[in-house]
Amino acid sequence: MSEGTKGENIKVVENATCTFCGCVCDDMNLTVDLDAHKITKAQNACVLGRAWFTEHVFEDRPYAFIDGKEATTAEAVEAAAHILAEARFPIIYGLSDTTCEAQRQAVAIADMIGGCLDTTTSVCHGPSGIAFEGNGESTATLGEIKNRADLIVFWGGNPAESHPRLFTRYALMPKGLHIPNGKKDRYAVLVDVRRTPSTPVADKFIQVKPGTDFEVLWALRALVKGKRVDPSIEQKTGVALETLADLAQRMKSCRFGALLFGMGLTMTRGRHFNSGALLALASDLNEFTHFVAKPVRGHGNVTGADNVVSWSTGFPFGINFGRGYPRFNPGEFTTVDTLSRGDADAALIIASDPASNFPKRAVEHLKRIPTIVLDTKASVTGQIAKVAFTTATYGINTPGTVYRMDDVAIALRPAFDSPYPSDEEVLTAIKNRVRELLAASGRAGAPAAQKVA
Amino acid sequence: MAETMLLIAGRTSKQGTSLNVGKLKDEYREVTSTVEMNALDMARMGLKEGDKVHLRTEIGETVVHCKSRKPEDLPLGMLFMAYGPPSSQLMHGDTAGTGMPISKNFLVEVSPVTP
Repeated sequence: MSEGTKGENIKVVENATCTFCGCVCDDMNLTVDLDAHKITKAQNACVLGRAWFTEHVFEDRPYAFIDGKEATTAEAVEAAAHILAEARFPIIYGLSDTTCEAQRQAVAIADMIGGCLDTTTSVCHGPSGIAFEGNGESTATLGEIKNRADLIVFWGGNPAESHPRLFTRYALMPKGLHIPNGKKDRYAVLVDVRRTPSTPVADKFIQVKPGTDFEVLWALRALVKGKRVDPSIEQKTGVALETLADLAQRMKSCRFGALLFGMGLTMTRGRHFNSGALLALASDLNEFTHFVAKPVRGHGNVTGADNVVSWSTGFPFGINFGRGYPRFNPGEFTTVDTLSRGDADAALIIASDPASNFPKRAVEHLKRIPTIVLDTKASVTGQIAKVAFTTATYGINTPGTVYRMDDVAIALRPAFDSPYPSDEEVLTAIKNRVRELLAASGRAGAPAAQKVA
Repeated sequence: MAETMLLIAGRTSKQGTSLNVGKLKDEYREVTSTVEMNALDMARMGLKEGDKVHLRTEIGETVVHCKSRKPEDLPLGMLFMAYGPPSSQLMHGDTAGTGMPISKNFLVEVSPVTP
């Protein structure tokens, strides 16, 4: 049994799951003050997880807004359904901070309305998603890495600040089946353009010039294969040939190596070519030893979004249903593009804040079109929305399923109930009403809707 | 006098904890409105800790506070900012057919804000 009571109004939830980042640590012991609707202690949580749990409060917000005025959830569902059913190029975006069950409903709505379906993956590891299709993935769970990896290369990331327990729970410090002494049995390399709080953790820090990751990775591929690399690589990349040769040799001679890579590769010059070069390097190394590569994922269920959207449509993000079947085309159907070009005429944003994080031109268009937002807290996107829903927080208030960054599915154990509906409940209600509206109007999307939902 | 520098946007612990408090709250705004600069660059430009600087690209502009980093921690000519609305103001919307705008490693013009 995972939970018990401790005093009249204090509950302890054991082995709860933190959904703040892609580590999705499922060993949280939460002390919950049921009267105050507050988590007072989050044992085992990192600094980010502690903030995620202990800062969670029910803000005194209406259930919904329409045009900035307070509304009921039912009224907002009606307004949202009309916007989506009447749009000619609607887009659905976000989804990385909600449950797989809610994500599934969003896929059904996108299919019904013939719209675009995209997740925050497109501005995260979307380029890696593109690279996976071209290069494949030599993969492993974090459990395998914990139990077997004696060489870990962190590339283009700062886990000490973004995923603190990646070091302590999964990939560096912990003792494993074949790593009895933990960190002492592993050699850690960190590759980045600057020193960060993660740097001291590594046995070797390799500082590359910004925008030259591809060249460094390609040189490593050559060295691994025994090819000659010109010493001028140092002038280009800032990394000496001897340093690269040493790393290539370490990679070939380890027993189990892991490349864990961040957005330092995907958000810079080269994008999917960088991720592709790293994936190809991992594949090359399997001629000599066992080597895997995993992207380090940011949001708590961004990996779930990739999985749900992939098993529903065949593609992970950047999808359009306009022709009645899913088409995948990053750059055309991804949200920064549909907004920056001015294509979208309505938007459904779920658990995300693009008005805060997208390029200026995309945000300007988002302000011009009717936008529907589901979020647990006030956000910049919520402020510009035509229809805004306040929803319950996944993992803290609602159960469901999420995927850890290594594609392992984990069930949530909520701490206490919320007065607000879940994303899944709101999206299901919108889906049902959109179906009715499409059927009544005789639009072509209706048959597809009946088929999917 | 304006100088051209390379901006890297990324995550920080404070950004992560403050967004749990709320993205419209002062703490988050402060964290995302701070740019880290090499201490030697700041000295050369006559900037002190906390001074305001104007960042500009062909797309947009923003004003943020500067914070020094040791020369060995942040290379000369490189800036670091936590992701947030100010850094987004500077990003180009073109994704080169990938869906991903360049969010790290782009040039910005830096100039002190004179009181």
